[in-house]
Amino acid sequence: MNSLNQVMVGNLLHVLPEIVWCGFGVILMLLQPFVKSRQALTFIAMLGAAFGTLVSFFGLAGSGFSGLIECDTFSLFFHWLIGLVTFLVILSSDSYLERENLEAAEFYALILFATAGMGVLASAQELLTAFIGLEMSSIASYILAGYRRDSIKSSESAMKYFLLGSFATAFFLYGIALVYGVTGSTNLAAIAGADPSRTLLRLGLTLILVGLGFKVAAAPFQTWTPDVYEGAPTPVTALFSAGPKAATFALLLRIFSTVHAATAFWFWAFWILAVLTMFVGNLGAIVQSNVKRMLAYSSIAHAGYTLVAFAAITFVRPDPDAVAPAYAAVLFYLASYALVSVGAFTVISEIGGSGERHLSFDDFAGLGTRQPFAAAGLSLFLLSLLGLPITAGFFGKLYIFTAAIKSNLLWLAILMAANSVIGAYYYLRLIVYMYMREYKGTLPADTRPGLSPTAAMVVVVASLITLYLGLAPNHILGIVLSQPLILSTR
Amino acid sequence: MALGGHLLTWLIFFPAVGAFALLWLRGDDEQWIRNLTFVVSIAEFLFSLFMLRSVPIGAPGYSLVEFGTWITAPAINYHLGVDGISLFLVLLTTFLTPICVLASWHSVHHRIKEFHVTLLLLEVGVIGVFLSLDLFLFFLFWEIMLIPMAFLIGIWGHERRIYAAVKFVIYTMAGSILMLVGIIWLYNASAINGAAGTFDLPTIQRALHDGLIVLTPREEIFLFLAFFIAFAIKVPLFPLHTWLPDAHVEAPTAGSIILAGVLLKMGTYGMIRFCLPLFPDAAHRAAPYVSALAIIGIIYGALVALVQPNLKKLVAYSSVSHLGFVVLGIFAFQNISMQGAVYQMLAHGISTGGLFLLVGMLYDRRHTFEISEYGGLSTPMPRLAAFFLFVVLSSLGLPMLNGFVGEYLILLGTYQIHWQWAAWAATGVILSACYLLWSYQRVFFGEVTHQKNRELPDISAREKWMLAVLAVVILWMGIGSPFFTRRIAAPCQAVLEQMNRNLMHEVAVPGVTGPPDGALRENLTERLALR
Repeated sequence: MNSLNQVMVGNLLHVLPEIVWCGFGVILMLLQPFVKSRQALTFIAMLGAAFGTLVSFFGLAGSGFSGLIECDTFSLFFHWLIGLVTFLVILSSDSYLERENLEAAEFYALILFATAGMGVLASAQELLTAFIGLEMSSIASYILAGYRRDSIKSSESAMKYFLLGSFATAFFLYGIALVYGVTGSTNLAAIAGADPSRTLLRLGLTLILVGLGFKVAAAPFQTWTPDVYEGAPTPVTALFSAGPKAATFALLLRIFSTVHAATAFWFWAFWILAVLTMFVGNLGAIVQSNVKRMLAYSSIAHAGYTLVAFAAITFVRPDPDAVAPAYAAVLFYLASYALVSVGAFTVISEIGGSGERHLSFDDFAGLGTRQPFAAAGLSLFLLSLLGLPITAGFFGKLYIFTAAIKSNLLWLAILMAANSVIGAYYYLRLIVYMYMREYKGTLPADTRPGLSPTAAMVVVVASLITLYLGLAPNHILGIVLSQPLILSTR
Repeated sequence: MALGGHLLTWLIFFPAVGAFALLWLRGDDEQWIRNLTFVVSIAEFLFSLFMLRSVPIGAPGYSLVEFGTWITAPAINYHLGVDGISLFLVLLTTFLTPICVLASWHSVHHRIKEFHVTLLLLEVGVIGVFLSLDLFLFFLFWEIMLIPMAFLIGIWGHERRIYAAVKFVIYTMAGSILMLVGIIWLYNASAINGAAGTFDLPTIQRALHDGLIVLTPREEIFLFLAFFIAFAIKVPLFPLHTWLPDAHVEAPTAGSIILAGVLLKMGTYGMIRFCLPLFPDAAHRAAPYVSALAIIGIIYGALVALVQPNLKKLVAYSSVSHLGFVVLGIFAFQNISMQGAVYQMLAHGISTGGLFLLVGMLYDRRHTFEISEYGGLSTPMPRLAAFFLFVVLSSLGLPMLNGFVGEYLILLGTYQIHWQWAAWAATGVILSACYLLWSYQRVFFGEVTHQKNRELPDISAREKWMLAVLAVVILWMGIGSPFFTRRIAAPCQAVLEQMNRNLMHEVAVPGVTGPPDGALRENLTERLALR
């Protein structure tokens, strides 16, 4: 009995961050009737996010729950990334919730539950566990998307996300069922040894890719993204574009770094997905007149860039030396994109004003003189998304370029280059509006003179990290390159 | 060595320090902002003169080298150095920047602080481009410089400024992203025998020499194009020049001066520094096509300039024409013509910078670039007319003035290879005399046709000093050209030798081992001459 307890406790140590995040979520819900101060709730939520992130350091390494969970450097990296994103999102939500007059406790609780789900996704070593993680984060996300109950757009966003999301989940689950049917297991390590030429296995893997492709908004499964991103409360959009995306990419990486059948089989799938996603995202973004929607399309495009690295990995897989930098490229890119995206959406959430009514390009005209700090921050994030030197985005792109060229995927690299140029157009367009155009019309009465202190903090933190990654990418790269576990399982 | 052996670092980042200091001034404190910027840019110019002492005459190779590791994976080094070619381009930059500050003294009125910060940051980027010896560092500065330039055009430009700024950025970006792909490809190719790759230009050059890096002909052509297109857009080479007239016409005077004076040279500099020594075989194969485009650019630019009703656009198209000469000189692969090309880069920077300055002065007075709005201006402002004539003459290549030396050397070198090319290019010289003198005549001679023009004030003391300095430099470059060519000759020769040695190596590999014998060498020289 005693030993069983020890085993149980030992297992729980593998999911310590998730437990902390969920625990704080529950505490927040319990506190709601008693604590009226929004700031106090924000503080508790931030504490929870930070605490969960910190304890991931003390969690047990290795596999737990009989191989359902794998705690390695890889999952640690994603726990930190997701935790940081959640922390920043909560910080930026404070003034948003006040402005929109929304309940704080439930909002934070949902965010923390979603975060726990993403954490599970990042360390799942077994498909059903991954499914649970996916559902945990998705269901919380559906509610969060519709959190502005009185807004039609927000409800549409939630409904759309829920319907299409369920559909995608069904694909994912069906894929798991087929894989289980062929291999008799849902554990990645067990599936790894299966005969890759079995048609059913391939079908199952394809369905899994479709399901996950939906979550990362890869074309042609991206149609939900712009509407959902636009309708959801902006801090939630920030979370969507950063957290679940990173976690799902983590799962994708884990699946095909383990399952040989998937790797060889998915190269062309990734190639096509990458090209489609880049073009759909960038061409879609060009024609947008709403900044939030433009960033939603840009988020699709960035998923495409990440997929380029995936294509590179699947292509060179037999050569471990060449794979490691490509893995590192994915991780670095996800980290840089996540932080920049949170920063950008935070600024946009503040500029949007009550009810998020002021999000057209014209509303950003003259921002450089009206709100120099916000404009400078947003410009930095846009330049990073564009991939200009001394920002994080530049090295992210550089590493993916390098990975693609190393795998001799010259055409993919060139297509990516072409897409970066398309991207330059719409990112610069916003900068042009902010600095080179005058604001026409009268400012709405409730316009704040500057960012709220909490949002300003988020912008400062995100900017500093963006510049840090852009000036000294070595440190992070060292960490992501030192994730030997995922490489050794192959 | 000056400044603790870090002269080049100081040169690059001193303007940034100045820009940072500017940030602490109040935005409406106009006089201080202008004074401080002027002092910083003059100090920067004086700093840059130190380089003259350190660059040996008649010896190739880089001086004042600084090396430090910056990023380990991929290995990116902070590698700076200067040789005879980059020396003068940096001097040109530091010389033109104070002139830009003076030129905007009364013509820039809003967001003055931001304007000067942008101008200084632009200087940082440009000097960084010329001094970087690491491909990656080079690319970094190349990209960074885009943003201040786009802001200069987009914020302080004329009516269609935003269109021009966006066009400028997209064009350059398209080229430079391809170049990035090329750089990474080269980086991967330089990873031999399990060693990590490198972005270090001298290292890659040496490896290409010694045959450690072997590029297939197809690879080489691809890489050449990846670099060349980026540079050709910047030059701009026909038919990639369409961004230039827009950018020039819409840019404020200071922006035009820097754009024409320095930024275009980054393209031709890149060709000399990267395209030729790294991909000699591809360069040889591409040379006929490139030269053809250059000649088309010379004649086309001149013809369009001839019919321009807009004075600033006329000067812009004259740049297309003059830069065609530079490209032609580079791709003739002759020492003389390459010296001429470098010299022409400098001369064009001074003369065309001067022309834009003068056109800007006219604009300050009348707020139009239309030639038809002027006429008979030498009556109200004889001094400005005199200076204008002087600069026009230097631009069209009058002997004794700076424009002549470059064009003459280029034509001389090209003639040795291909007299037809030289003949075609020479028509550009004649045409340039036509459009420049004709436009000068329409603007300054004859009766004063517009009542407004009667009362225009002549040049002020500030303008007089700027123009006088320019005139002295123009004259000095025309008479004292050996001061420049002595320093340019050796690095040019080094580039050419590098090309030939590479070529021999590739030819020699399939046959016997060891260096090619004398007969083969002669044979090759002959073949090279025939190309």
